[in-house]
Amino acid sequence: MDWIAGLQGLVGGVLIGLSATWLMAMLGRIAGISGIVGNLIAQRPRGDSAWRVAFLLGLISGPLLLMALGGGLGNVAGSPGEVIGAPVGSVGLMLVAGLLVGVGTGLGSGCTSGHGVCGLARLAPRSMAATGMFLLTALVTVYISRHLLGLGSP
Amino acid sequence: MNSLMNSSINESDKRRWLKTAAGYAAGLLFGLGLAISGMTDPARVVGFLDVAGAWDPTLMFVLGGAVLTTFIGYRLVFKRPAPLLGGVFQLPTKRELDAKLLGGAALFGIGWGLSGYCPGPAIASISALSLPLLAMLVTMVLGWFAAKRL
Repeated sequence: MDWIAGLQGLVGGVLIGLSATWLMAMLGRIAGISGIVGNLIAQRPRGDSAWRVAFLLGLISGPLLLMALGGGLGNVAGSPGEVIGAPVGSVGLMLVAGLLVGVGTGLGSGCTSGHGVCGLARLAPRSMAATGMFLLTALVTVYISRHLLGLGSP
Repeated sequence: MNSLMNSSINESDKRRWLKTAAGYAAGLLFGLGLAISGMTDPARVVGFLDVAGAWDPTLMFVLGGAVLTTFIGYRLVFKRPAPLLGGVFQLPTKRELDAKLLGGAALFGIGWGLSGYCPGPAIASISALSLPLLAMLVTMVLGWFAAKRL
């Protein structure tokens, strides 16, 4: 097992938790990406957009800051030091995947951050059910695509 | 009277700027966390989901660290009656496990498994934009619009 990668995962996870805590402490908001950005784009809530735009810009500048700091603190599999990894599928596959992620997180009111991090931390039953469900279908999807259909094997 | 009005306008202006700055700081910290943990690498995410292949446990550490930190952080935050920059804590109140929640989560999981991207990492990776990532982002946004109509 790659302990360095695991340790970086832990440190990054703690930072994500601090971000979620900070957003709740300051603005009283759940740090759910699909909710923050999805509602900003698809709903344009009047008078409630500025912090969402700022969050979005911050989210994009996080990896850029890590690159600027240097020191190879990225955690891309197989090429440590790299910060952003390449997509694992073709354009066609990504078109389908993006639609499923958009519709799914829209209908399910949350993604890995809103349900998986903030919801589980609140011990919210809906988030526990949603997280169990998307983990299950993701595991099954990877099993079918990698091992039964042989798509994108590493 | 006039000066009182001015000062209250300045006060609300100041609060708006503080809220925007706090939002930026939260996003930056979140993006930094995703990058340090390697979640901006879809191969790591798919590696975690590939339990029958060369399993990559990294995501487990990320989720564990994030949930535990948030669990403790929220408990401290909720000792206060309200957020520091005003307003109220906006928490979901729904309780029922309906078909929309479970169906939506199921669809999301399929898309997540196919691409290795959930919304945060997909957006955080914009600075290394590639054609497949662009394709994903475009249909993800279309999906958000579609979900509002379903």
